[in-house]
Amino acid sequence: MSEDFFQGYKGEALDLLKKYQVRVWGQAEIQTTRGDFKGTVLPRSENDDDKHIVLKIITGYNIGIDTGTVTGMKETGYKKANYQIPEKEFPITEGLPKIKLLGTGGTIASRLDYRTGAVIPAFTPGELYGAVPELADICNLTTDKLFAVFSENMGPEQYKKLAISIGEEIEKGIDGIVIGHGTDTLSHTAAALTFMIQNSPIPIVLVGSQRSSDRPSSDAALNLMHAMTAAGHGDIAEVMVCMFGPTSDEYGFLHRGTRVRKMHSSYRSTFRTIGDIPLATVTRKGVVPIKQDYKPRRKDKQVKIMPYFEEKVTIVYYYPNMQPDVIDALVDAGYKGIIIAGTGLGHINKPLYPAIERAHAKGVHMFMTVQTLWGYTHMFVYDTGRDLMAKGIIPAANMLPETAYIKLGWTLGQTNDPEEVKRIMLTPINDEITEREPYNGYLIYQGGVKEVDEFVRKVHK
Amino acid sequence: MYNYQKMENHFDPRANYEKTKKEVSYVPRKEATQKTYDDIGFMSGLEVHQQLLTDKKLFCNCPAGRFHDSDDYDAEVIRHMRPTLSELGEYDGTALMEFKTRKEIVYRLKHQTTCTYEVDDTPPFPINRQALDIAIEISLLSKLNIVGEVHITRKQYLDGSIPTGFQRTAIIGVEGEIPLKNKNVRLIQLSIEEDSCREISDIGHTRVYKTDRLGMPLIETVTYPDMVNPDEVMEACNYIRFLNRSTGKVRVGMGAGREDVNVSCKGGTRVEIKGVAHTKWIPELTHNECFRQWALLKIREKLQSKFADYKAWEMSHGFLDFDMFEITYEPLKVAKDSGEKLVAVNLPGFKGIMSHFTQPGKMFADEISDRLKVVACLEKPNLLHTEQFEPIITDLDLDIIAPMLNAGPDDAQLIVWGPEEDMKTALETIEERCKMAFEGVPEETRKSFENGTTIFERVLPGADRMYPDTDSAPIPLTNEVIDELSKGLPTDVVARYNQLKEWGVAESTYNYIFKRNLFPIIDTISKKHKISPKWLGNFIGHRMKWVEGHFEKGEGFNYEIIEDLLVFLKKKNYNLKLAYKMLPVLYHYPKMELESVLTSIKFKERQQDEITEKIDFLSEKFSSICYSDSTENRIDWIMGQLSRMAYGNMGLENLYQVVKQKISE
Ligand SMILES: [Zn+2]
Repeated sequence: MSEDFFQGYKGEALDLLKKYQVRVWGQAEIQTTRGDFKGTVLPRSENDDDKHIVLKIITGYNIGIDTGTVTGMKETGYKKANYQIPEKEFPITEGLPKIKLLGTGGTIASRLDYRTGAVIPAFTPGELYGAVPELADICNLTTDKLFAVFSENMGPEQYKKLAISIGEEIEKGIDGIVIGHGTDTLSHTAAALTFMIQNSPIPIVLVGSQRSSDRPSSDAALNLMHAMTAAGHGDIAEVMVCMFGPTSDEYGFLHRGTRVRKMHSSYRSTFRTIGDIPLATVTRKGVVPIKQDYKPRRKDKQVKIMPYFEEKVTIVYYYPNMQPDVIDALVDAGYKGIIIAGTGLGHINKPLYPAIERAHAKGVHMFMTVQTLWGYTHMFVYDTGRDLMAKGIIPAANMLPETAYIKLGWTLGQTNDPEEVKRIMLTPINDEITEREPYNGYLIYQGGVKEVDEFVRKVHK
Repeated sequence: MYNYQKMENHFDPRANYEKTKKEVSYVPRKEATQKTYDDIGFMSGLEVHQQLLTDKKLFCNCPAGRFHDSDDYDAEVIRHMRPTLSELGEYDGTALMEFKTRKEIVYRLKHQTTCTYEVDDTPPFPINRQALDIAIEISLLSKLNIVGEVHITRKQYLDGSIPTGFQRTAIIGVEGEIPLKNKNVRLIQLSIEEDSCREISDIGHTRVYKTDRLGMPLIETVTYPDMVNPDEVMEACNYIRFLNRSTGKVRVGMGAGREDVNVSCKGGTRVEIKGVAHTKWIPELTHNECFRQWALLKIREKLQSKFADYKAWEMSHGFLDFDMFEITYEPLKVAKDSGEKLVAVNLPGFKGIMSHFTQPGKMFADEISDRLKVVACLEKPNLLHTEQFEPIITDLDLDIIAPMLNAGPDDAQLIVWGPEEDMKTALETIEERCKMAFEGVPEETRKSFENGTTIFERVLPGADRMYPDTDSAPIPLTNEVIDELSKGLPTDVVARYNQLKEWGVAESTYNYIFKRNLFPIIDTISKKHKISPKWLGNFIGHRMKWVEGHFEKGEGFNYEIIEDLLVFLKKKNYNLKLAYKMLPVLYHYPKMELESVLTSIKFKERQQDEITEKIDFLSEKFSSICYSDSTENRIDWIMGQLSRMAYGNMGLENLYQVVKQKISE
């Protein structure tokens, strides 16, 4: 027997399976000091211990058998199954918009291997059609798997490749782009694409899901339908994030790629526009703009692709008593740009000043953003702020720290000239800096307050 | 379509119903014997659900066991359940059916009992260890083989009763056994699981749930289908419930224990009767379900004899115009006014089937109607047919409909109505159910009613709906943990239960008695001092419990004082009932002399004569103040006057006899 027969087993458990010649996917009868058990041996997850054997019993449940209790074992049958999502041809409908779905590796639609619990992604149009047949009523879909990386591994290489591919698709005359993406770094990619793909004539929609589609309560199908609708039928030709509006299955939001942030580790409605109002709501019926000043869809193909990125850029999240050696270390390591997330209006403490001076002298570009996420830097208000500006830190207004990080990387990919860097950074491409913060751009209401609770009770949010 | 009483048609649905009932050999349960059940192959198994007594829910830190009124909520969340692809990349039966219904699910939440976990916005927290330990203890008591590692599994539920669309559940033990009077019943498994939402309403396309119960820890004990008559099912059920309660670590009261009962007849199908609220309903429900299946097999036989190739059977339908008929039937008037569609269906060869007996008071047409409600969301009444006892489709109506549908003399017709968008599903549902009639008994879950009948609830989900929970790590159960839990087990629970039952102690006291381990005290005192164990059990189980709930416990109180108290009363030859009044005082002041306790409750020792000599006087007084001279009233009144004085000095039965005798003198 080769190792393949004991998927995931190691140590004691592996020895036991070998001793009794029982394989994964084999039907086994096991005698233990706790009584007899019967079932199909399942693969064991790599991270679990080596003291248990996993069985699927006849009622469909999984159980673990303690290797220390086993007195005998016998394989009575063997049946390995292979799983595949059946392809169904995606129907082409005359008159529907052409959409290209670009895959990055994040799983939006998927199917479950019911025996192991492994998620098998659905990606080709045929597979997607099998999983979300409603998509055929929205668009004519083609797909391209650009790479297969987890959300947290998305980086400059992927941003550039995406931007170039999208440029090509626009050239070929596609009506809209949808990008499937894990949610963790969805907003970073959205910001990067906003800077790298300028003047797009068509919508570019990033979409993910907070609940994988192997769950009946998944948000994946609805998010996909919303994204396809926005990309194919919507009039907003910008880089946008499309995710749940409220936690209820009601509508999606379209967020501007530069002002959006994941704000809850697990909620469906985790993506919020910060310091502004969302671009639009979207349902299967169509896109309803909330903001009126969006960039509309055009017939031309005059897109500008700017795939640049300097990787030696970082974010420093300031905390009280931060020591100057943190900054020194970054400079020594060759970092060319630092985004600081400062306290309050954009502050850090005096002991850091010498380190800031040293960094500035070495030509490191430093921009100040705020940890509060909402609001602008105001470095003129206090002396400390004025000191910092004198030492070379440039306030980045109300740019979100992560957006500022992406933008600085993109900027330094083009130039190293301090004045030019400052000009590019402070000239908004799509609202990463806004002139005004609307009064309703900061709505963090608190539960427990009578009028808020009344609102929550009446409206499904 | 007006209420037309006279039927010119020679077909008499009532007579057909009675005739088919006989053919099925249906007898009421009272007349049924083991032979009755053997003849139709009665087979039944149980899934007994029991809530565990924990402070918190199973996978989050919300409190368990707090409930709210349906209108008392802080927020509503709306979800839709979407079927997921099965192993073969297809949607399974239940999934499709639930999706067809396109229900909008509304969850009403209250902050006090619901966090973001319940509404599927937060992954599960580690499993509640208190709950897990209780489940292990009960598994040990049920003689199950305890697993080496607990794997949390997801079981899909698409009805919306759980917002995630699946229930987190895990096996604790497999292959156990419980002893009944005449046989042992084998157990398949015991699992721990999170409880589901409580349904508030289900009307049209909207189903409303509340989330207070959602996530509470529950165990499910599953038996093999070893029971061969309805009484055995109830006996097994009672046994499992008592066993669970004997630990004192499970919840009691409304909804804390619920049963799903699986029934099949010879050649039938395993049908699951869900959520039986009261054990006492079980015999009637299982009896009727077994006969329903027997009747469906009879129907199959009849249909198969009519159609050689039944796979080719097809129904036909035609949309009707409301104006074609004179409509007096109220639901149709409403349908017309709300712009609904009206459709007539012809069911070839179904004459005599529509009014075929299925359950007491129910016929085959009800099987169709029940499904229309659940699958197509058509509220009842949702159909008319040609074999109703009180016909609404008249011969005049039929003159219009029959030619349109090309109906033959051996066919049955029905009429359904509803919103246009539901009609496609409605027609599919009718055809599907009729085709199933050729196959026999559909696999389904059914909802139970107190009168012993059931209605269709859902299609029985496929085996595919189980898969591992990727949000939870497996939990090892070491020998040390199990040994430790075994030590705390009441070893002779079963014997004690049976003993209490035999003594006739009220069942409502068992939980308290076991929880406080008072059985040994009852046993010892009753034997040592010759006190009726029934009286003593009830005294302790009801009175002691009540006193504990209402008075502050004085320093030094322990349950042995009960023995001192009863011995004192016996010695003094006082009536034991005095203990009821003395106990609260004694509980609060355990060091008080028993004589002083008597004084504090204003008890005065009296000789029997002292009491009975007042009877004549009272009898005279009664004559002067009362209009009635019935002897009963006279005795009652005198008893009322004397009972206080008699309390503790002389038994009331005894006094009653004396009064009665004196009056008649
Ligand atoms: Zn909770």
